[in-house]
Amino acid sequence: MSETKGRSRAPTIAIVAAIVVAAAVAAYVLLRPSAPGELHVLNWQGYGTDEAWAVALFEERHGVKVIHDNFNSEQEMLTKLRTSPGTYDVVLINSAFTEQAVAEGVLQPIDSAKIANFADLSPALRDSPRFNIDGKLYGVAWVWGVTSFAYNTDKIASPPDSIETLWDPQYAGRIGWRDDAVESVSLAAIATGQDMNHPADLDKVREKLRALKPQIKTFWSSEDEWNKHFTAGDFDIAVYWSGSAARSKKAFNLPVAFVIPKEGAIGWFDGLSIAKDAPNPAAAHAFIGFMVSPEFYVRWDNEVGAPASANAAANNQLPADAFNRVVLGDAAALERLQFMAPLTDEERAKYLEIWEETKTYFAQ
Amino acid sequence: MNLVRRRRLAVFGLTAPAYLWLALTILLPLSAMLFFSFLTQAPFGGRQAELTLGQYGAFLDKAFYRTLAWRSLELGFYVTLGCVAIGYPAALALAKYVKGRWREALFLLIVLPFWSNALVRTFSWTMVLRGDGLVDRMVQAVFPGAPSFGLLFTYPAIVVGLVHSFVPYMILTCYISLQAIDDSLIEAARSLGASAWAVFRRVVLPLSLPGLYAGVVLIFVPAIGSFMEPRILGGPAGIMLGTVIEDQFTVVFNWPLGAALSFILLAIVLAILALAYPLLRRNLQVA
Repeated sequence: MSETKGRSRAPTIAIVAAIVVAAAVAAYVLLRPSAPGELHVLNWQGYGTDEAWAVALFEERHGVKVIHDNFNSEQEMLTKLRTSPGTYDVVLINSAFTEQAVAEGVLQPIDSAKIANFADLSPALRDSPRFNIDGKLYGVAWVWGVTSFAYNTDKIASPPDSIETLWDPQYAGRIGWRDDAVESVSLAAIATGQDMNHPADLDKVREKLRALKPQIKTFWSSEDEWNKHFTAGDFDIAVYWSGSAARSKKAFNLPVAFVIPKEGAIGWFDGLSIAKDAPNPAAAHAFIGFMVSPEFYVRWDNEVGAPASANAAANNQLPADAFNRVVLGDAAALERLQFMAPLTDEERAKYLEIWEETKTYFAQ
Repeated sequence: MNLVRRRRLAVFGLTAPAYLWLALTILLPLSAMLFFSFLTQAPFGGRQAELTLGQYGAFLDKAFYRTLAWRSLELGFYVTLGCVAIGYPAALALAKYVKGRWREALFLLIVLPFWSNALVRTFSWTMVLRGDGLVDRMVQAVFPGAPSFGLLFTYPAIVVGLVHSFVPYMILTCYISLQAIDDSLIEAARSLGASAWAVFRRVVLPLSLPGLYAGVVLIFVPAIGSFMEPRILGGPAGIMLGTVIEDQFTVVFNWPLGAALSFILLAIVLAILALAYPLLRRNLQVA
């Protein structure tokens, strides 16, 4: 009797031992510091840093393996930085969120002397207070773009130059609009001559948005939807993103032209930052230098289509007819941009309330 | 005694999994949402939330939330009306006039939309309803020179899309009531000299009311909370309380306000059902 028991106990001990060993291995794999030959990058999927040829080139030159992880929203990116310290090296952050990331202590200062091509970056972006916090550099300006409007060149002969075009009775019922509260408030603030991010007179913004009632034919929410509406003739003028307008024209052969109005437009720019306690800071500095180089950017824009580079020298090496040179290369137009700034939760909630109230008015 | 106990145990054993499942999947999340609706902000990521009635106050403060609630109710009303107008005659025809294999074939056609994804159905409507779309071209083919019209991005487009989604419920519930009506009752009425209309009004319709009411409740409640169809088909006319609730959750992470608006909508639905309860009880008992 006791013999059988003893025999049956042996496999149990073996199983327990196996579990302990497996747990130890799993803990080691999960908790070990990154191998010295690795560089961990955190970015949106398909947003430049993970171009296969670029990764291969960098790995060959610097002898490190580049490993990507992705996020689907700024909140997710911040959560990953908070919960996995010491995991990531390079992280892409929209400049409007860099300050928050610094305040939460998830970034480390960058040594600009170690960033190749740093001197070639446009000073307006490179030296922006969004990246330069307390006298230290926390983000390297990488790419930027504009949110404004585009029109159908087959149907509208004379190029519009004013944001008032969106309110022009001539185009009543032919306007497409993005169903987005912050963007709507920003455009109305620009049209009423106010600070785009924190408009002082929200009643003016509200009135301006309500005046869109006869203008708007429909809302859109994605680049794909925009192209479908445009092709079907649902709208002839619509709010749009500069990079998407370039793709609509180049990849889909649509008769699209993008306008940076004389009153201004919404500008945004993304930076590359280094996470706090990055395991491989030397490779991180090298990788960022490579990302802002003309060598990387020109091929990215030619093959896939990219936002404009923060490196003026890189933009100037694009073909003469490239969208990013023709439309965004206009220095005077850039002067008119207002750039997205951090918003508080209260501001976001307030803007959404104004926008929903306006949409209710549209529907009545 | 023993038998009674055993039966009670059997009933308990058979229903317990269902109750447990409902408690886990509906009661718990719903309670959490009710709790959130009294908070100042969503208590995630180390945020400090305090108790407040402010989220419900917003509904009273801002007139446009009430406008939206009314719009949602109105939409539910039109959609239900459309489903009755299309679904009831169809159910009557299926139950009383179509026999054998044809009935099976027609049923298959009615249930078919259930097997396709709701998003796909809604997007296919955008192709049918847009200006220069299928409907527009057909009208042009029959009446050349007729003015071009597109229903897409208008209120009627939302009603069309939702009626299409919900009409099978109405057909099925009405059909069950109608096919249960004994044909000899109808024959008796006819033999006593009632006209076809009188037979319908005094025999068929009253006996089929349980199915009709069940269909109305099944359709009205989800229709007023709909948000996907209004957003895609309605364009600027598509804002409803449902779409605003969705925005609170997905766009600004304001779960408390979204939850509060949801419970206000739920309260309105319950109030309407309570008002209709005497009517419902009388008719649903027959079923």
